[in-house]
Amino acid sequence: MSKAKLVILDCWVSPFCMRVKIALNEKGLEYEAQAEDLFGGKSELLLSSNPIYKKVPVFLHDGKPLCESIIIINYIDETWSSPPLLPPCSYGRAQARFWADFIDKKVFDACGNIWRSKGEVPVEAKKEFIEILKQLEEALGDKDYFIGTTFGFVDIILIPLTSWFFAVEKIGGFTVEAECPKFSNWMKRCLQRESVAKVVPPPEKVYEFVLMFRKMQGID
Amino acid sequence: MAESNVKVLGTWASPFVMRVKIALHLKSVLYEDVEEDLLAPKSELLLKSNPVYKKIPVFFHAHSPICESLIILQYIDEVWTTSASSILPSDPYERSQSRFWAAYVDDKFFPALRRLLIGATEEDKKAALAEVVEGTVVLEGAFGELSKGKAFFGGDNIGFVDIALGSLLGWIEVIGKQCETKLVSEAKTPRLVQWADCFSAHEAVKDVLPDVDKLADFGLKLRAKILKGLAPTN
Repeated sequence: MSKAKLVILDCWVSPFCMRVKIALNEKGLEYEAQAEDLFGGKSELLLSSNPIYKKVPVFLHDGKPLCESIIIINYIDETWSSPPLLPPCSYGRAQARFWADFIDKKVFDACGNIWRSKGEVPVEAKKEFIEILKQLEEALGDKDYFIGTTFGFVDIILIPLTSWFFAVEKIGGFTVEAECPKFSNWMKRCLQRESVAKVVPPPEKVYEFVLMFRKMQGID
Repeated sequence: MAESNVKVLGTWASPFVMRVKIALHLKSVLYEDVEEDLLAPKSELLLKSNPVYKKIPVFFHAHSPICESLIILQYIDEVWTTSASSILPSDPYERSQSRFWAAYVDDKFFPALRRLLIGATEEDKKAALAEVVEGTVVLEGAFGELSKGKAFFGGDNIGFVDIALGSLLGWIEVIGKQCETKLVSEAKTPRLVQWADCFSAHEAVKDVLPDVDKLADFGLKLRAKILKGLAPTN
């Protein structure tokens, strides 16, 4: 059992794990990332600390487990208050939570409908993915970040998922930059941030992983 | 205190709307109740105030709309703060546990319940029933952990998880009758059975949970509408 006070049960390619690491980086917190082998066999610690879903990330604070990335980030924000990841007013917080929830419900699955498809990617899948990004673009508006002028909760929830977009673009035959330029600019802005750059893997590496996964699943 | 700028757009039959009303009752906040007919085309107000999902409930506070029931609950808890009726615990770890179990209700339990309601084949219903029953057993365990021997998931008072799960009790009874099974059973989940009685009888809840026969009748109409929507159109 690790002696570190803050531990994350982690997988380098999981956008859900990336979210937690970015949040911890934003707070200036030291933590230990324990890599889980999701194909070879999940650790006893993972299975015992997340018996319901058996998934990463699991965040351990002095050995107490927390699961589900959005819930973990709320916990981190409430436990270490500076700098705040959520806006101060209740309405702003409700909006942040709404968009974080929307992102969770829609984005990764829409990516999957493209990168998991066998043969030609269905037009509907590409259309749905772009539409979701356009909805997010509308929510972003002319702001630098989703909630005003500072990088925060919604940005943290979304930016890791974009590391999978290169794979989606290659397999789908389109680019996010051409379809949603505002969104693309927001991505570049966030990726320049140290807390993010340290955590988000190069998109080409994620693409390699996706191709390997496709072979494993018999899609290629 | 009367709040003329608080409105709930919803329907008497929706558990997600019930959650919002229960929270407002707990906080003693008066509100305007605007009924949306789920069997009719969606109203302009709904489409305008929830353009992303076009679903109820929509909560209005000073004309600003907020959507998604668990998000609305957190908003209500943050805006109307009286320590006697706090919906989420104050300790961050306990808050995370409450959020986890409320999310479980929405992400695992409710979808299984819904599949049981609209299951078209015997096989679909059998699989959904097994999932629902398993879910109740998991929630019985969660109740043991969270309640710490008290009457509610929230301890002495109704909390986030109580509202999330308790709002489904009417539908649980209706769907159970349809399957000729008690979904929350004395045999497998004795603590939940007791909890359900306490919750349903609570001052803030009893006028919100609908009459079961009225709900059963509505359930049949809703099921027919959903299955019609799912049927192939050729």
